[in-house]
Amino acid sequence: MPEFFHRKLERSAIGFVLAIIAAASVGGIVEIAPLFTIDETVEEAPDMRVYTPLELSGRNIYVREGCYACHSQMIRTLRDEVERYGPYSLAVESQYDRPMLWGSKRTGPDLARVGGKYSDFWHVAHLINPRDVVPESNMPAYAFLARNRLRTDDLSGHLRAQRALGVPYTDEMIENAGRDAYGQAAPDSAAAPGVTERYGPATTVSAFDGVATQLTEMDALVAYLQVLGRLTDAAYRDTAAPEEAPDPAE
Amino acid sequence: MNATDRMIGRLTSGERQAALILCGLTALSGAALGLAGRNDVVGWHGLLMLLFAGGFGFLLMTRLDMAEPTEDRGASYYDDPIKAGIVLAMAWAVFGMFMGVWVAAQLAWPDLHFDNGWSTFGRLRPTHTTGVIFGFGGNALIATSFHVVQRTSRARLAGQVSPWFVLLGYNLFCLLAVTGYLLGITQSKEYAEAEWYADLWLVVVWVTYFVLYLRTIARRREPHIYVANWYFMAFIVVVAILHIVNNLALPISWGHAKSYTIWPGVQDAMVQWWYGHNAVAFFLTAGFLGMLYYYLPVRAQRPIFSYRLSILSFWGITFFYMWAGSHHLHYTALPHWVQTLGMTFSVMLLVPSWASAGNALLTLNGAWHRVRDDATLRFMMAAAVFYGLSTFEGSFLAIRPVNALSHYTDWTVGHVHAGALGWVALITFGSLYTLVPTLWKRERMYSAALVEVHFWLSIAGTLIYVFAMWNSGIIQGLMWRTYTEDGALAYSFVDSLVAMYPYYIARAFGGLLFLIGAVVGCYNMWMTVRAVPQATSRTGDQPVAAAVPGE
Repeated sequence: MPEFFHRKLERSAIGFVLAIIAAASVGGIVEIAPLFTIDETVEEAPDMRVYTPLELSGRNIYVREGCYACHSQMIRTLRDEVERYGPYSLAVESQYDRPMLWGSKRTGPDLARVGGKYSDFWHVAHLINPRDVVPESNMPAYAFLARNRLRTDDLSGHLRAQRALGVPYTDEMIENAGRDAYGQAAPDSAAAPGVTERYGPATTVSAFDGVATQLTEMDALVAYLQVLGRLTDAAYRDTAAPEEAPDPAE
Repeated sequence: MNATDRMIGRLTSGERQAALILCGLTALSGAALGLAGRNDVVGWHGLLMLLFAGGFGFLLMTRLDMAEPTEDRGASYYDDPIKAGIVLAMAWAVFGMFMGVWVAAQLAWPDLHFDNGWSTFGRLRPTHTTGVIFGFGGNALIATSFHVVQRTSRARLAGQVSPWFVLLGYNLFCLLAVTGYLLGITQSKEYAEAEWYADLWLVVVWVTYFVLYLRTIARRREPHIYVANWYFMAFIVVVAILHIVNNLALPISWGHAKSYTIWPGVQDAMVQWWYGHNAVAFFLTAGFLGMLYYYLPVRAQRPIFSYRLSILSFWGITFFYMWAGSHHLHYTALPHWVQTLGMTFSVMLLVPSWASAGNALLTLNGAWHRVRDDATLRFMMAAAVFYGLSTFEGSFLAIRPVNALSHYTDWTVGHVHAGALGWVALITFGSLYTLVPTLWKRERMYSAALVEVHFWLSIAGTLIYVFAMWNSGIIQGLMWRTYTEDGALAYSFVDSLVAMYPYYIARAFGGLLFLIGAVVGCYNMWMTVRAVPQATSRTGDQPVAAAVPGE
């Protein structure tokens, strides 16, 4: 009789705790463990490149400022999303993302493919005061990013930690991390060619915030925003058609 | 003699020394972190730990030579940490809700961050969520769990120093978390934003909590473990598992605030929402059901309606919830089969959820006249109703096609607040209004009328909030997917944002009412302790006989 069994269970604190652990473990194990073994979880994308040190710094600023609270980076497999934002997001596109920034709320638009959609100049103006560019916007102003110098002394450490977790940064990349961050935002400097050499010719080298002489957090964030959705073109190849948004009322 | 003197005076000199050593170790860890991180923003957190632990160490040091306690401690419950926990819970409530009103207002009037970095929406929003969930909710849970476990086990807490370590250590974690966001220290993992060193600290605190709780239950003078304790145990154990797994991360160095989670991309998304949804389940549901199962029958003076329903709902919640997290990832790059499993279990969750809500409401049968007359009991009744409503809404929103509309919109925010305000906060206020007079041995709350005022402010605030977000969420979702006759998208994103402004103003107003209610509650509790005469002592509010040897 189940009730009798439960009366017995209620007499043992340790037994009860073990029962809780057993009952609570199943769901997570069944849903999480296979994600690491099933090949279909993450698609192949041989052309995928890693974030440059400057883009990674920009990503860390995005993380620090909590941008994910209002912007998603996950285009769902729904027709209206694909038409508004571009091809739906693939798992492989965030394979180097720690943490993932898929988000859960769109107070502002999705940013998964915002890279290349606007000019660097637009981004800088928008970040300094969003309402100068989009009068209806309720986004905070991030003018202080243009005043903050970007920290680069710890960038090698960042890349080393990423590599320890499985991101394929080379020794050369780690060694030159600080220099590459500077070079990517200073197109005419001696440090610039090394960036495309190490991270590929498709890497954008630009004075992102309009000032090549000083490396600011604005440079980094804009560099990151401009690479969103452009690390691989896997999403533009051989993917299934998006779904029609279902109508719950039907 | 002030309260600090009295509380420290109840510790033996040996216990005071042990507490001082704990403060010293914590201060040393803080100093080490501060030194290692002197070139990084984490240095400030080292200093904060040092000052926090140093402050309590100073309080102890100046009282080391106080007289030994004379009372027979085995003959009474240990209520001092509970009192402190209630004060902290209410302080965090006011802080967290204030931050909520502020960020809500920023969405309507974006200039309210006054051009500072620290006060932008992205940094303040986690101070609101951490402040209310972990600050207010967590302190309320620790305090009530200490109260409930002693009364239902008829045994004193199994320690004099460890309850303080749990309570104060936990508040140190909350402080590290909240100040960190303002400084720009965050993992940007929703509801798990605190960085690696704060997370490690919480593990130490939480393991102590678990051991203390289990040892207290092991001392019980009742053959059976009461149902409220099942929930508190599930809360403690599962939150530990979730917290550890989700926060596994590699720091840049020992002197650097930044870490990278070991989970990449899609796996991180699954782990994060397995954590996120079960933080709702085991922090915001299980723990508060523990409260409900004790304070509701006590206040209604009725036994729980059904023991079988309690068993069904407990194991249903413990088993089903852990599968449900993937419903946060419908139509994303997460494999389809995981989404389907998440949806299925989310729908099944309605059974144990409504079993709990029904069990609570049926317990009130025969006591409805009390619900009418007593706002405290009405708080708990309303909480059970909101629990039933928001769990229904949760199962509904987890259905894939519904989620296609609701996800990414304010509907989710409205749903969360129906649960957080309507269920979590209301059951907490009801429990605290029951607990405060009992604990401070007062005849009653200072003002029944103010409890009534608080109740109606809370209900009005919650309803305004939730209705505003339902409207804005559904409008937003529909605008995003509306097509013109030529088959083009009808609205730009900005069009949908413009349509939100009236609702954002209404939401901030609803939140403000709720905040005012909490402030009224604080005043009422304060005056209860200050101005209400002592109750004649209650019989039976003490542990059963036999002091445990060595205590």
